[in-house]
Amino acid sequence: MITFDGVSKLYGETKAVDGLSLAVQPGEMLMLIGASGSGKSTALKLANRLEDCSMGTIRLDGDDIGRMQVETLRRRMGYAIQSVGLFPHWTVARNIATVPRLLGWPRAKILDRIRELLVLVQLDPDPDRIAERFPHQLSGGQQQRVGVARALAADPDVLLMDEPFGALDPITRGVLQTELLRIHRRTGKTIMFVTHDVNEALTLGTRIALLDRGRLVQVGTPLELLTMPATAFVREFLGGDDYGLKLLAVEPVSSRVRAGEIAPGAPVAGSVSLRHALSEMVSRRTDCLAVVDGAGVPLGVVRLTDLIRA
Amino acid sequence: MRIGRVLRDPLPWLAAALVALAAGMTSLRPLFAILFPDLQWPVYDQDSFLALLAAHVWLVAVSSGLAVVVGVAAGVFVTRPAGRDFRFLFDTLFAASQTIPPVAVLALMVPILGYDARPAVIALMLYGLLPVAQNTVAGLESVPAALTQAAHGMGMTGSQTLVHLELPLAAGAIVAGIRTCVIVNTGTATIASTAGVKTLGLPIIVGLAGGNIAYVVQGAILVGLLAVVLDFGFDRLEFLLQAGGRTRQRDGSGP
Repeated sequence: MITFDGVSKLYGETKAVDGLSLAVQPGEMLMLIGASGSGKSTALKLANRLEDCSMGTIRLDGDDIGRMQVETLRRRMGYAIQSVGLFPHWTVARNIATVPRLLGWPRAKILDRIRELLVLVQLDPDPDRIAERFPHQLSGGQQQRVGVARALAADPDVLLMDEPFGALDPITRGVLQTELLRIHRRTGKTIMFVTHDVNEALTLGTRIALLDRGRLVQVGTPLELLTMPATAFVREFLGGDDYGLKLLAVEPVSSRVRAGEIAPGAPVAGSVSLRHALSEMVSRRTDCLAVVDGAGVPLGVVRLTDLIRA
Repeated sequence: MRIGRVLRDPLPWLAAALVALAAGMTSLRPLFAILFPDLQWPVYDQDSFLALLAAHVWLVAVSSGLAVVVGVAAGVFVTRPAGRDFRFLFDTLFAASQTIPPVAVLALMVPILGYDARPAVIALMLYGLLPVAQNTVAGLESVPAALTQAAHGMGMTGSQTLVHLELPLAAGAIVAGIRTCVIVNTGTATIASTAGVKTLGLPIIVGLAGGNIAYVVQGAILVGLLAVVLDFGFDRLEFLLQAGGRTRQRDGSGP
């Protein structure tokens, strides 16, 4: 667990981070979101001491990180940034092996780990060929998968991600967001994820921390921030002009399903968002969709009126 | 196919031509006698051209080697957090070191150190320092900040980042600086013979002093050819550095 306790970071007179107190729970994906200059990226860099706190303390599992040897601290935390972070003169395998090599793992263990990670981030079906490529020979999406694999390489408890998907096209970004959710569920890592993309925060976040000019405005689940915004700023920042659609986006279809009813047409999975269901209804010109669970077993139906039910 | 490619490569031919010309200059006496009919001694024969070539290469190697050590070290130092404040001072010093003519350095150093190779080594080292240091700094600064930050963020120490990331990525620029240094010094080393050092400049200086153009031509041809050979050699080295990644990828089967 990472706790920020009254943390400030000053650059001269300006406070990039101002009195931040925040507890990142084990196993959660905490999204740090805010406009440019809100201090979200600085807050992340304080966590692995790429920047040092001017005031306050940050603890990792109860230990003051200011007292830890900085390289030791960083090797315990995976770190992923935009795809430019891959080392261009190293192969994919060598890039992934960065931290295990720093930690002095035996060669055989590193090779096993590389294979395991390439499968985890789905750089299949030919992990060995991908492993010997150089970053410039990969697509942006593949590079970012390697970036995630590299951050996970030494099996750190904590993953710090600084706008890792920022440079990707919307389709690839969507795919990788789904992948990250899957990896997060499978590994149970604690993740701190910086983004300026509201939809990304709502999609990925266990909780969202909204920052404004260095100060924490509100922290809570996506649904809490949307339905109980602490200030007009929160509502404005998260909602924008499609507030209603965002509300639908954070809730799964399964929560509004009418059990026992049946409807014609191709069913949707219970795990998709209500927003997705609405989109399906509009595009199919229907007001009723059949819903099935992951195994294809019918759960019931969802009707257009169910979407506007409080 | 393979033999054809080797034969088409100009580098071994040029190197062979250089050595052959240095070894066989005296057998070209009839040719020089025709070209310079007024000269009593149309071929310089006070020293063996091979020995002069070897001494010339040695002087360039030692002075450039020192320039590389000092230049790269200085370039690394001023790009570290501890050395950043010295950047302007070093820039000025290196620029100044190249504006002082090597002849002037020789004139100043010979009375102090005497008539041996040391003044020449110092003069050439100072002259070659600027391209090496400048290219080292440029190469290191061209490494994107995002990469060094990623390296630090993963727990690399400053020296690990330098050795594993920054120097390999700056290698191309640094080698280009060394190339300039070596080529410039190959030409400039000729003047070391004004301070009594045996180089390929000796026939040139003797020829100029004695009005023997044939000597000047013989020394100049060999210096020029040596510079071309070295330049081709560096060209090959830079190509290998660039292709290193691709070659490894083709040959390697495991990480």
